[in-house]
Amino acid sequence: MTLDTVKHAAGTPDAAQPWKELGLKEDEYQRIREILGRRPTGAELAMYSVMWSEHCSYKSSKVHLRQFGEKAPANDAMLVGIGENAGVVDVGQGYAVTFKVESHNHPSYIEPYQGAATGVGGIVRDILAMGARPVAVVDPLRFGAADHPDTKRVLPGVVAGIGGYGNCLGLPNIGGEVVFDACYQGNPLVNAGCIGVMKHEDIHLAKASGPGNKVILYGARTGGDGIGGVSVLASETFDDTKPTKRPAVQVGDPFQEKLLIECTLEIFKEKLVAGIQDLGGAGLSCATSELASAGSGGMRVELDTVPLRDATLSPEEILMSESQERMCAIVEPQHVDRFMEICEKWDVIATVIGEVTDGERLEIFWHGEQIVDVPPGTVAHEGPVYQRPYARPDWQDALQADDAGKLPRPQTSEELRAQVLALVSSPNQASKSWVTDQYDRFVQGNTVLAQPEDAGIVRIDEESDLGVAMATDGNGRYAKLDPYTGAQLALAEAYRNVAATGAKPLAVSDCLNFGSPEDPGVMWQFAEACRGLADACLELGTPVTGGNVSLYNQTGDTAIHPTPVVAVLGVIDDVNRRTPMAFAEPGQLLYLLGDTAEEFGGSAWSQVVHDHLGGLPPKVDLGREKLLAEILIAASRDGMVDAAHDVSDGGVVQALTESCLRGGNGARIVVPEGLDAFTFLFSESAGRAVVAVPRSEELRFTDMCGARGLPATRIGVVDGEEIEVQGEFTIPLAELREAHEATIPGLLA
Amino acid sequence: MTTRIGVVTFPGTLDDRDSLRAVRLAGAEPVSLWHRDKDLHQVDAVVLAGGFSYGDYLRAGAISRFSPVMETIIEQARGGMPVLGICNGFQILTEAHLLPGAMLRNNHLHFICRDQKLRVENADTSWTGDYEQGQEISVPLKNMDGRYVADQRTLDELEGEGRVAFRYLDFNPNGSLNDIAGITNAAGNVVGLMPHPEHAVEPLIGTGRTDGLGFFTSILKKLVSA
Repeated sequence: MTLDTVKHAAGTPDAAQPWKELGLKEDEYQRIREILGRRPTGAELAMYSVMWSEHCSYKSSKVHLRQFGEKAPANDAMLVGIGENAGVVDVGQGYAVTFKVESHNHPSYIEPYQGAATGVGGIVRDILAMGARPVAVVDPLRFGAADHPDTKRVLPGVVAGIGGYGNCLGLPNIGGEVVFDACYQGNPLVNAGCIGVMKHEDIHLAKASGPGNKVILYGARTGGDGIGGVSVLASETFDDTKPTKRPAVQVGDPFQEKLLIECTLEIFKEKLVAGIQDLGGAGLSCATSELASAGSGGMRVELDTVPLRDATLSPEEILMSESQERMCAIVEPQHVDRFMEICEKWDVIATVIGEVTDGERLEIFWHGEQIVDVPPGTVAHEGPVYQRPYARPDWQDALQADDAGKLPRPQTSEELRAQVLALVSSPNQASKSWVTDQYDRFVQGNTVLAQPEDAGIVRIDEESDLGVAMATDGNGRYAKLDPYTGAQLALAEAYRNVAATGAKPLAVSDCLNFGSPEDPGVMWQFAEACRGLADACLELGTPVTGGNVSLYNQTGDTAIHPTPVVAVLGVIDDVNRRTPMAFAEPGQLLYLLGDTAEEFGGSAWSQVVHDHLGGLPPKVDLGREKLLAEILIAASRDGMVDAAHDVSDGGVVQALTESCLRGGNGARIVVPEGLDAFTFLFSESAGRAVVAVPRSEELRFTDMCGARGLPATRIGVVDGEEIEVQGEFTIPLAELREAHEATIPGLLA
Repeated sequence: MTTRIGVVTFPGTLDDRDSLRAVRLAGAEPVSLWHRDKDLHQVDAVVLAGGFSYGDYLRAGAISRFSPVMETIIEQARGGMPVLGICNGFQILTEAHLLPGAMLRNNHLHFICRDQKLRVENADTSWTGDYEQGQEISVPLKNMDGRYVADQRTLDELEGEGRVAFRYLDFNPNGSLNDIAGITNAAGNVVGLMPHPEHAVEPLIGTGRTDGLGFFTSILKKLVSA
C-alpha cells in the first residue's frame, strides 16, 4: 500500500475514503475537506474521526454542559475549572486537590476485566497529568439484574479488573456504589473516580508552548489495542447484528502504570516539564492535537520514532491506538537529559518524537514524508456541535401518574418485619463487602474512612491531619421518574454523605450516563438532568469542576435509566474529628434529623416489594440540605455526635440496619409521633440523617438544632443485640446480619 | 546512636512509604533503600514491604529476589541481620530461600482485603519481642497470592521448632496450610508474614487499631539492647 501523504491527497481528491467505517457522518467528512481545502490523508482522517467522536468531542452534550460554567457558583476554592484533564480545588494549607469521575461503560461490557481495569488506569493518568499524586480511587458501578446469568459474567470480571489494576497501583479504594437494575442489562455502567493531591505551585497544564521544546512520549510501547475505542465503541449503540468489537478494547498493565506514576512524580518534583498530557481515549491523536492547540505554536512529530509493540502498525493505527500507560510531555531542551535519566531509573521507555514549532500547524511525518498538516484546534476543539432535538417522552406523564403511594402497604407487624428483612437482603440494599473486599482500602496508610462509610476520607497531611472526603451517588430510578429532580437528588445525597462524615462539601465532578442522543426522549432526559444539576450546584455553592458524559448506553431501542452519577469532594481540617457511621457505644441516643413525608416513588421498598417504578421521586429542598450539612459538620467538629448515617434509598430502616451491624450493637426504636411505622421506616424523603448522640451532649446538640431550625426527633437508643421497633417487631442482629450479608456472595460467589 | 531501619523499594513496591512511617512512629530512623543499589547504607535491619514488585510477573517475588539489593540482604540476613518481609516481602523471602515454603494463589481465587485476627505463636523473634506468646492481634490483610504451602517435612519442622510465628484466627482467608500467617527462620532474625502490621500503627487510620506497631518497637528494642 502506498503511503497517503499530504501531497498524494492533494493530487487524488476523488479517492474513496473509509469515513463511514470510522464513525464519521457525511457532513462531518465534508467539513474536514473544507477545513483542509483538500481531502484528508488517511492519517488525518484517522485523527479527525477519533477526536470528533461523541466520546471525545461531546458534540451532542456540549450545548447542555455549558451551563455548568455559566451557572457556576462563585467559589474561591476553584483553581482550575472545566476543560483541563481534571478540575483543581484549593483545600487549604497550600494544598490543591484534583478529582474526576469517568466512564468506561462500553469496554467493560465487551471485556469486563480489561474494560474496568483500563478505566481505572485512564482516570489515574488524568489526575497524574495535573501534577498530582493520586491518593485514592472510587468506583460507582451498575449492573443488570443481580440474578441474570450475564451479571455473573460481567460483575466478577469488572470487580477483578478494578482490583487487579487499582490494587497493583497502590491506591486505596475508598468508596463507590454497586447497583443492580434490569435496565443496565447489556449496558453496565463502570464509572471510575480518582483523587489527587499536590501543592498549589505544582499544578501542571496540558499545553505545548515554546518553539524548540521537545515532545517526549514515555511509558508503554504503542500496540494495536484499543484502536478506535472512542469512536466505534463508545460512541455507538450496541447492536446484535454487528461483529464483536473486542479489538477496540485496550489491555492494561498496572505495573507499567505504577512505574509511570512514580517516574512522573519525580519528573514533576524536579520541575522538568512545560506541559503534559496523558494518552487515553484517541491516544496520540488526542495528545498531540490538544497539546498543540492549547499552546502558542505548532508541533512537528516524527511518527516513525514512536516505540512499537507491533512493527507492522500503519501510521493511522499508531495515531488511533489507545494503548495504555503512556504520557506525552513538553520539555525544554536543557531538561531533556535529566528527564531521560529519571525515566531510565524507573525502567520507563522515553522517546523524543518531535518538537514545538513557531508555526500554527500540527505536522506529522512518517519516514520523512508528511502525512498530517492540520490546524490543531480544528481537530481538538472545533469539532461539530449538535443541537440535538429533544422532547419530553410521551410516556413520562403516565409514569409519574402511577403513584407508588397507592401500592398496598404491610397490614400487620409480621408483614412489616418480613418486608424489612426483604429490603435489607435485596441485592441493592445488601452488604457489598463481597465486592469491596476485593479492593485494597489500606494502602498508603492514610485511609481514615472507606466504604461502606457514607464517604471515604483520606488524610493528606500527617502533621496537620488535613483530610479530603469523597462520596459518589446516583439513583437512576429517581432520574427516570424526573431527570431534573433525580440529578439534584444525586447531588444532594453525595453532598449529605460528605457532610455526614464531618467534611465540608467543596466541589463536584459528574459522570452523566445516558442512552442514545439520537433519541429525542433521551436528549430531554439529558438536558433536564444537566439543568437540574447546574441549578443545584449553584444553590449549594459547589461548582462542577469537570466530568464525563457517556451516551449511547442502550441496546436497540432500549436505553438505560438516565443515570447522572455525582461525586462530591469535601475537606476536613482535622481527620481526628471525622464521624463514622457505626453505632459503637451502647446507651447513646438516636436522633432522626429532617422531615419525613410519605415519599415512595422510585423507592427501594417499591422495587423490592412490588417491583414497581412510578410516581414522583422525593422532593428536593436544597436549603434544608445545606442546613443539615452545617449541623452535621458542626456536630462533628465539636464532638456532639459519635455516629452519623445519611438516610437515602431504603429509608430509615436501611440506615439503622447498616449502622447497627457496623457497630455490632442493636437499637431500641420508637416510631415518632405523627408517623406510622411503615412511613417512618421506608420513606425516602431527602434531607435526613440518623445520628448517635452521647447523653452528655444531648442538650447541646438539640439546642443547636433547635436554634438553627432543623427538626431533630429522638427515635431511640443504641442498646442490646437486636433492632426493636417498639410495638411492632424485633429482629436479632444475627438474623439481620445473615439477611444483609449473605445475598451477594450467594448470587456471585 | 539512632537505630537505622531500611525499607526496600522495588519497581512495583506499594507499602514502602507506610513501612517507613511505621519505623518512624516506632522511634527508629527510616532509610529508603533502592533495589538497584547493593549498598545497605549502614542500616541495622531491613523491611521488605508489600506490593506487586515487578507486577508479580512470573511469580510473586520471583524477579525481585535477583535484584542487586537482595544479594547484600541475603548475605547479611544469613549473618544475623534482622529482616522482616511483609506480604510481597514474605514472598520475596521464600523465593530467596531465606524462609521455607511458598505462596500460592488464594484458594477462593479472589484478592482479599480484610481486618484479620492473628495469634502470635512465637514472641521470641527479633520482630515479636513486644508481644506476649499467644497474644491475639488484628491487622489488615490484603493479597492475591497468600496461600502458604510447604511439604509435610517442612511443616513438621516449622511446627516442631516453634517457627510458625503467626496463625490466622477465626477465619483462614486464603487456604494456608495449618492456618499459617507467618513464619520465622531458626535464628529468629528473618520473619515473614502475609498480613500488614505497617497498616495498623495509628489509632485513626485503617482498622483503627495499633496492633502492628509492636513489630517495629520490638526490633528497635532488640537492636538498642544488642
